[in-house]
Amino acid sequence: MFGQQVISGLATGSLYALTAVAVVVVFRNTRTINLAQGDFSMIGAFMALIFIKDLGLNYYVSLGLAVVFCIGLGILVERLVMRPIADSDWLTLFTATLGVYYILHGVAGWFWGRDTKAFPVTFDPTPIKVIGGLLSQGHLINMAWAVAIGAALYYFFKYTKQGIAMRAVTDDPETAELMGIPVRFIVLLTWGMAGFLAAFVGVLIAPIIYVAPEMMDEVLIKGYVAAVFGGLYSIPGAIVGALLIGVTENLAGGYLGSEFKTVTAFIMIVMLLAFRPQGLFGIQHRREV
Amino acid sequence: MALLRLDNVEANYGAVRALQGISLAIEEGSIVTLLGANGAGKSTTLKSISGTVQPSGGTIEFEGKPLGGLTTNQIVKLGIAQVPEGRKIFKDLTVTENLNMGAYSRKDTPGIASDLELVLDLFPVLKERSRQLGGSLSGGEQQMLAIGRGLMARPRLLLLDEPSLGLAPIIISEIFNTLRTINKEHRMTLLVVEQNANVALKNADYGYVLQVGRIAVEGTVDELGKNKDVVNSYMGAQE
Repeated sequence: MFGQQVISGLATGSLYALTAVAVVVVFRNTRTINLAQGDFSMIGAFMALIFIKDLGLNYYVSLGLAVVFCIGLGILVERLVMRPIADSDWLTLFTATLGVYYILHGVAGWFWGRDTKAFPVTFDPTPIKVIGGLLSQGHLINMAWAVAIGAALYYFFKYTKQGIAMRAVTDDPETAELMGIPVRFIVLLTWGMAGFLAAFVGVLIAPIIYVAPEMMDEVLIKGYVAAVFGGLYSIPGAIVGALLIGVTENLAGGYLGSEFKTVTAFIMIVMLLAFRPQGLFGIQHRREV
Repeated sequence: MALLRLDNVEANYGAVRALQGISLAIEEGSIVTLLGANGAGKSTTLKSISGTVQPSGGTIEFEGKPLGGLTTNQIVKLGIAQVPEGRKIFKDLTVTENLNMGAYSRKDTPGIASDLELVLDLFPVLKERSRQLGGSLSGGEQQMLAIGRGLMARPRLLLLDEPSLGLAPIIISEIFNTLRTINKEHRMTLLVVEQNANVALKNADYGYVLQVGRIAVEGTVDELGKNKDVVNSYMGAQE
């Protein structure tokens, strides 16, 4: 029972982690908390639903198309909304993402209705025995995806020119510009990456929950809390935070009752901000830019 | 023909007229120094050349082509790289990653690899620390990294903003020796902004002294060296 709760907590936590990483990556390069991150996923889930149900496409093809669509969405939001106000203060930027959040909610409700839709489960729900517990194959597949994406991100940030440039922009945007790095293009890439991560979260979580305009609201909050665990800066910190939230809320739900599940993340963030406001890993204070 | 020519350049920095008509010419293969007190307009001159500040008047020409309206990364691609004031190395990137970011605008992978070798040979201490984070280096090592990063762009003209700032005399002379080597062996043109007139005049070919946005004196370093009192009076002239 305990082992099972932990493992399925890790499985959900790994999807929070993808959201958290996207929140961190966008924050580091734009000083913006992207409230629309969850809705990028929601749009991705709806697109995948259309591709699978209405167009009869294969699951993987649909996933791929949803990813492409969400990358485009992220880039579009940067170009049309964020870039024109890029030099504004953080509150303006924050409010703009809130605007995008409501627009995407509205658009989804307008096109597809406000009622919840079931996502066609495309993987075998047969439980599989994993170290000390039973786990649905879906959970396992989600974890495998999250690990694969995490590895791809690691490779990107460590070994590719654009990935290293993205870290350079995080470090010091003015100097990056001076070195000939096109900072605006890197910021565009950052939003594209947010869309890329969002699509996976949306399509992978849809079979576990449902598809509806508000489907991602809770996940976004948990992703954000996890990002704060990493001081809104550290990617590993955000991942650890996300897994911690996934496991803790599952245990709370299992042992204390399901009404405790949702509150868990909030209790965790209050405690975190009270005792370690700089994040779990003691990130040194970043200089003002 | 001069490699870089500034003709009557004016620039505003906020409400301040930081440059009030600067004209200067930098010959290919030379080391030129730009001296002046704090606030004389040295950094604004460099910013105007690198395109981070748009001049409000005058022209800047590189190899006879005007730079007006170009973005910083277009200017880097043309062959002007900068070693910024205060080194500004990327603290969370390794030494090698920092150097590679200097070459961001280049596409010739083999050329980048051989230039990386070259920079690591010029500054052996960077080779020892190639996997360390930039932020963990000492001030002198960071300056070497900043210069190396600038060289990685394989520029025709390298702009250096106060490379001696905050460094011990022995490190300063080591760094200027390397700069002279780079200038001689690779025929790279250098424009060195300095507050330290002694060091700059010892190492450059030609010098300009800025005072409150104008060029007060110019000449070969020998001429300026003979009039050291004049130079020093401008250097000390705080606003």
